[in-house]
Amino acid sequence: MAEGQFEPRIVGFLCQWCSYTGADLAGTSRTEYPPNVTSIRVMCSGRVDPTFVIKALAEGADGVLIAGCHPGDCHYQVGNYKAMRRYPMLLNLLDQFGIERERVRLEWVSASEGNLFAEVVKEFTETVRALGPLNWDAKAPAEVVAG
Amino acid sequence: MADKPKVAFYWCASCGGCEEAVVDLAEDILKVVEAVDIALWPVALDFKLKDVQAWEPGEVTVAFINGAVRLSEQEKWVKLLREKCPLVVAFGSCSHLGGIPGLANDKTRQQILANKYLRAPTVDNPNGTLPQPETEIDGYELELPVFYKRANALDQVIDVDYYLPGCAPPPDLIMGAVQAILKGELPPKGSVLAPEKSLCDSCPRKDSKPDKLSIEKFKRLATSIPDPEECFLAQGYLCMGPATRSGCGERCINGNMPCRGCFGPPPGTLDQGAKMLSTICSVGEAETAEAAAAYADSLDDPLGTFYRFSLPVSVLGHSRRKEE
Amino acid sequence: MAKRITVDPITRLEGHGKIEIFLNDEGNVDRAFFQVPELRGFETFSLGRPAEEMPRITPRICGVCPTAHHMAATKCCDDLWKVDPPRTAKLLRELAYSAFTVEDHYIHFFFLGAPDFVVGPTAPAAERNILGVIAKVGLEIGGKVIRVRRENRELMQTMMGKVIHPVFGLPGGVSRGISEEERKEFLETAKFTIEFAQFALQLFDDVVLKNKEYLDVVLSDTYNHKTYYMGLVDENNKANFYDGKVRVVDPEGKEVAKFAPRDYRDYIAEHVEPWSYITFPYLKKPGWKGFVDGIESGVYRVAPLARLNAADGMATPLAQDAYEKMYEILGGKPAHATLVFHWARLIEALYSAERMKELLEDPEITCPDIRTVPTETPTEGIGIVEAPRGTLIHNYWTDENGILTRVNLIVATNHNSAPIAMSVEKAAKGLIKNGEVSDGLLNMVEMAFRAYDPCLACATHSLPGRMPLIVSIYNSQHELVRKIRRDD
Repeated sequence: MAEGQFEPRIVGFLCQWCSYTGADLAGTSRTEYPPNVTSIRVMCSGRVDPTFVIKALAEGADGVLIAGCHPGDCHYQVGNYKAMRRYPMLLNLLDQFGIERERVRLEWVSASEGNLFAEVVKEFTETVRALGPLNWDAKAPAEVVAG
Repeated sequence: MADKPKVAFYWCASCGGCEEAVVDLAEDILKVVEAVDIALWPVALDFKLKDVQAWEPGEVTVAFINGAVRLSEQEKWVKLLREKCPLVVAFGSCSHLGGIPGLANDKTRQQILANKYLRAPTVDNPNGTLPQPETEIDGYELELPVFYKRANALDQVIDVDYYLPGCAPPPDLIMGAVQAILKGELPPKGSVLAPEKSLCDSCPRKDSKPDKLSIEKFKRLATSIPDPEECFLAQGYLCMGPATRSGCGERCINGNMPCRGCFGPPPGTLDQGAKMLSTICSVGEAETAEAAAAYADSLDDPLGTFYRFSLPVSVLGHSRRKEE
Repeated sequence: MAKRITVDPITRLEGHGKIEIFLNDEGNVDRAFFQVPELRGFETFSLGRPAEEMPRITPRICGVCPTAHHMAATKCCDDLWKVDPPRTAKLLRELAYSAFTVEDHYIHFFFLGAPDFVVGPTAPAAERNILGVIAKVGLEIGGKVIRVRRENRELMQTMMGKVIHPVFGLPGGVSRGISEEERKEFLETAKFTIEFAQFALQLFDDVVLKNKEYLDVVLSDTYNHKTYYMGLVDENNKANFYDGKVRVVDPEGKEVAKFAPRDYRDYIAEHVEPWSYITFPYLKKPGWKGFVDGIESGVYRVAPLARLNAADGMATPLAQDAYEKMYEILGGKPAHATLVFHWARLIEALYSAERMKELLEDPEITCPDIRTVPTETPTEGIGIVEAPRGTLIHNYWTDENGILTRVNLIVATNHNSAPIAMSVEKAAKGLIKNGEVSDGLLNMVEMAFRAYDPCLACATHSLPGRMPLIVSIYNSQHELVRKIRRDD
């Protein structure tokens, strides 16, 4: 880790059945990848309410990763299709908020794809690093409210 | 002198529709006037800042405040009223959520000032004059209140006890709120004084809403004709009903136009816009990335549609997008 | 010693108005400023929204006259998408609009204007309000005032979905029509409204015109400006509030311009001052010469008296009679007395009531063909209506998808911002002499701006009947010399 380099904080919503297990596999295989993702296990990528993503960004995350089962493999049949549909609309919304689309990523990672998970994290971390910190000011501090 | 409780009305960055809503109580307003003394109502009555400053704490039971907080003058007033009144009710969408003036958080203060005073096609302003908080003209000093960087809902500036939603709140909800206050029968602090369900639950068109909504792509009202009886979402029009609290009487629906969310989100919802996004993407036909992108692109202006009334209180609160 | 008088706040104004009066060493008024400390930014924050949402966004500019914005926005969308609505849609729009004009004018007249006349400008303050009016004219009539407002607003709610912030306007038509049953019910409302309108004019006649003291006030020089006048007229140069061309006459009554809405930017420009958030529109020809009136100054007025001055008559018979009678009494056209705005307002309400009946008796009013769907690509649109408070201009530009890229609005009271400032200054100069600030001043200054019915003139009970005024007099060292409070 280069000194003084910006270290992105990324929140990762990983589905229990596929991608969280895949991440575990990367761990048990001792695959090296950057530590910038804080993982949150959800039962399904379809459980990821866009509010979670927005809240993460508003409260200090520089990027958000959502990972689920490959289309057709969802443990609950259709959950990942919901995530698939929410994703581009969320990006369009973030555009309007002035938040770069590249800060939010949806990936399909199966339980056996430990290496893929590591690659995704590595690549996404660099993407967000290049974008710089988000530093979202949701609540206007007093000095911003006035003047 | 009878011991009638005293009430106060005040307005911030308001259009006056909430004042009109009170007058629309029509004959019912006489019942109100019989039961209370109105101690402050700048749009109608004598009021003096000095008088409000002289109120004993608790002398005036409740302040109904409408309008978003956008100017320094407004902040000063609402803080004074909070100090004096045991109860403060945010009246109407603007004080509840930020309202339509809250859409200004989508743009910067610089853009607003430039578009109005410098770039407007009819403005003739060769010196680039902008309104100033302090001006000296011919030796005289004049002041204007400061225009803040963002529009704020009332609870972003002071502590609020209750919310009366709507743009404008309908007469029956207003009467209900006033009566509840007079009888001392109020729900827990922080409650919204309106039903707990979403609009779909009371909508006259709900029977035509299919169990499984299937929207291929969104239609624009400008270039199509809305059917007067079928659920708007089923027709392919974005309607905020699922993410909006009930209680308005579905006036817009009866006008054959879809809901735009002025009552704010139903209970338990942190962010009205994100919730609506979640809802309309939970349903839908797309099962490939391309189809999902096309579905998303068929909806124009998600920010302005999902957050039409609630941008200031949304999780992100404002936009940082640079002007083109 | 120079002195400063601050009147803050003014009530019955959109946002919070303020008046600053500066005295010279002799104690006479040197300058007076009418400041509007209010700004929200509609022209900017509507950018990026679909244009057909403007009929639902712009009414939030004003909750007293939302229908005016709704209608201007709807017509602007017609123009934007180059679509002509079916005849029934236009009838429906004008019907709702006429009911709106009636109820809005009466709110102002009875709750705000009438107290000064029915009860008297120097009557005790406690009586100068709607209750004082009712006491003088009787409960039965008071009940009629409430009824005329309620019935017309119920008509509006049925037709337009909501009465505060209507929804039914769409490019190319409206979202819903009226049934035969509704038509019959509304026709009863129209007939009652015409009756009431005639009564209101009779009341004005009995109480004001037949009272020499009031008539003198109305015609005095204190409330007189010789400005240009602007209003919409139909093809016969009769006043029309829903549609037409914009006509401008000079202070002598001669037509100097008559233009289609599309050309408004060739005629009107806006001046900016650093001491107010409101801009000051003026006529490009003769141009901005400052806060002065006369034929050399581009200052112009809008709203009832201006519209009647700018038109050649009213398009309905009873209103035309009233129009002729008014100018006969005033000694010809144009009339410059600011307080005559109140009279003109009543004539306009009568016209709107008659128009409602005409529209409701039109056989096509219940026709189901209420919408032409646009097929053209939108670019730029302009929509102009006569709001109760004056000419209202909406101008939008969009991309090819109809998403707004630029918006320009000139809102009714905006046109009157320079005249209001001038009226206030003139009243102050006429009434404050040698440093004497009398109680009468306070009410007379109010009357100078109240006649314009500035946007958001309160639609509520004005119970104590007077504006809260604290007049603070400072010497040139900013020391408080004297304070006059107008208290109950």
